[in-house]
Amino acid sequence: MIHRIFDLSLQQKIPLWGAILILFSTLSVSGVLMYRAYVDLKDALITSSVGLGQTLSNTLAPPLLRDDTWRAFEIIRAPFLNEARNTVIRPDTILVVSPENKVVVSSRPEAFPLLDELDQFKSDFAPFSTPDVVFSIREPRIFETNEPGFIYVALPIEDGDLFMGVLILRHPKQVLLESFQKTATGGALFGFIVLAILLPINWYWGQRMAVPLITLARHMKNMGSAPPETLESGLYSYNDEMGQMFEAYNAMVETLKEKAILEKEMVASERLAAMGRLTAGIAHEVNNPLAGMLTALDTIKRRGGLDERTQKTMGLLERGLVQIRETVGALLVEARPSKRWIEAGDFEDIHTLVQHTLKTKQVDFQLETDIPGQLPYPAGAIRQVSLNLIQNAIEAASHASNGWVHACACKTSDGFSIKVTNNGNPIPVDRFEHLFEPFVSYQNGGHGLGLWVTYQLVSQLNGHIDVRNEQDTVEFCVLLPYPKDKLNS
Amino acid sequence: MKRLRKCNRRQFLKGLSTFATLSVAPRLSFAKAKTIRFGVTPAFLHDRHSVLEKWRLYLTQHIGQEVEFIRRDSYRETMDMIRLNQLDFAWICDYPYLRLQNIVKLLTVPLYRGRPAYRSYLVVKKTDNVTEGYLDLKGKVFAYADPYSNTGYLSPRYEIKKLGYQPRDFFKKTFFTRSHRKVIEAVAIGLADAGAVDSYIWDSLESVEPELTGKTRIVWQSEDHGFPPIVAHRKNVNETAFFKMQKVLLDMPSTLEGQEILTLLGLDGFSVQELSLYDSVAEMMRSFGEGTAR
Repeated sequence: MIHRIFDLSLQQKIPLWGAILILFSTLSVSGVLMYRAYVDLKDALITSSVGLGQTLSNTLAPPLLRDDTWRAFEIIRAPFLNEARNTVIRPDTILVVSPENKVVVSSRPEAFPLLDELDQFKSDFAPFSTPDVVFSIREPRIFETNEPGFIYVALPIEDGDLFMGVLILRHPKQVLLESFQKTATGGALFGFIVLAILLPINWYWGQRMAVPLITLARHMKNMGSAPPETLESGLYSYNDEMGQMFEAYNAMVETLKEKAILEKEMVASERLAAMGRLTAGIAHEVNNPLAGMLTALDTIKRRGGLDERTQKTMGLLERGLVQIRETVGALLVEARPSKRWIEAGDFEDIHTLVQHTLKTKQVDFQLETDIPGQLPYPAGAIRQVSLNLIQNAIEAASHASNGWVHACACKTSDGFSIKVTNNGNPIPVDRFEHLFEPFVSYQNGGHGLGLWVTYQLVSQLNGHIDVRNEQDTVEFCVLLPYPKDKLNS
Repeated sequence: MKRLRKCNRRQFLKGLSTFATLSVAPRLSFAKAKTIRFGVTPAFLHDRHSVLEKWRLYLTQHIGQEVEFIRRDSYRETMDMIRLNQLDFAWICDYPYLRLQNIVKLLTVPLYRGRPAYRSYLVVKKTDNVTEGYLDLKGKVFAYADPYSNTGYLSPRYEIKKLGYQPRDFFKKTFFTRSHRKVIEAVAIGLADAGAVDSYIWDSLESVEPELTGKTRIVWQSEDHGFPPIVAHRKNVNETAFFKMQKVLLDMPSTLEGQEILTLLGLDGFSVQELSLYDSVAEMMRSFGEGTAR
């Protein structure tokens, strides 16, 4: 049961605990205050009663000495004459008892007649039922009974060393309780007002605390099954520990997202690398027998003496084999060590090479180069990579109105970068994964080997090719590190 | 009641203005004359100060000499003052009068309900339906008025004695309240089971404070006794002053103002009486072995 309460959602638990704490503290504080109020009231009653009793006992001594009952009665009746006086502090009965425990005079003579033995009124004056008690009272003393509830203040009446009796002032606790109830009712009302203010504040505060935490918990719970989502901003705008936690969560989600993208990229590049190795292996394996077969065909052709039909068949075989060699050759991309390094002139050549296509496709082209002298990258491979990317871009841009392509080949601080941007349609996200694989073409008339070759060449140069959709543009970016063996030179 | 009080105030103011004129003219001629000291006791409702003030002004005006009422709460104190020659006149109970005969002279006796007589009432609480007389009160708590009161002390004791009991042992407890009014109060409250009071005072209170007398019941009345007299000090009051005061008192019913004061006092007038009026009191005193001073 208790465990279930602890299992409750924070949305309920925070306000619930808050409410319990508020109730507990309000009740305990008001309880203590009320107890204090009761004790103070009782103390005030006793103090005032003792004061009254002392005045009365001093005044009573002379008439008692003269056995002047009427005067004694007038004295003890005096506190009752003014009706308007505080009834809480006023006793309900004042009694003078002789040392023999007889009523000398009482403020209520009908209830407690003269000379009656006090032990006749057991329930009214229980503490004084024996003469010993009365006789022992030589200074103000307080007695208390519970059923019925009375507080008695007893004082000796003395003249010099003559003990004439005891003055008893009786206060019903009921009056005290009634007065206390008034105070308590006021206190309780105030307590309710405090609760009425605090509980809604507590509820509001609980919600403020709980809602962001619950949202966070839900996000974290979903992390396993779905890609993590960042928390909406404004959920919790303060920079306390909770705010820091939400910030940390958002940072973590960002990191995870980046990691996921990276992982995808890694998988893709691993796959492309494996494909590259496979195709290279196949190509080599195919090339050897193919060379043998072509040599054999060539030898047969040179010998001559073949009939026309056989010659035709031979021609068919040769053309087929040549096509196989070309296809395999295209797959077998090798950035052969170049005889020369790349320089600005190579890009001028490329510019010239694409002029015709630009005109046909009506695409605007800008080329920017920053190549001081020569850079240690094989000119052939770089030319092929650049040409492939620019041609693809021109093709993409041609579908846009006012199509343009911008290429930039620049030396960077740690290598060389080629950026080709066009304003063609963005590449759909689902195509990214297979973009660089062979025989994958999304263009009409393409054989699907252009980007494959580009990728293989860049990979062999230890570089990195990246593609991204920017706003209204598509950008391919090739980064080639400075070759290690040329670093020192 | 309220109108009556208003009327009283008007009368009082009238009296005051009269007194003011007096104090300017005739009083100057009596400038050397001493103030007349008039002792009053709880033989009547001596705590009704406004009535007393009116009466004082009336006497001052008609005698032409300043009158001062000397109030004392017990008969004994007034008696002592008479003995010490400190009073000129006094309204005292018949019982003390008989004891002070050699010092004071009978001046006038008020007329109450047309006669110079009153009685002792035995009163019990209204709720007491059992008591019919003193016999039923044996062993009870009893309130006397004053040890020098006839109706409040002498008469009840005489009655008990007539019944064959010693008054001293008859009750469980007795006490003095020093005033008839307080006897009624003591009985009404229940402090005493019964008490003896002056009939004149009980009757007067019945009209002034019916809620108090209403709490008590008269169960027995004594025979008539001579009404508490107004006496003059033999030494302090010369003949002229004696007759002057006597005349002013006797003439009170014939003046409008005097009539009004008498009404407030619950009296009809004053009369000149012989000592024999108090024979019944003297008889009671003798029964207790007390002589009357001659």
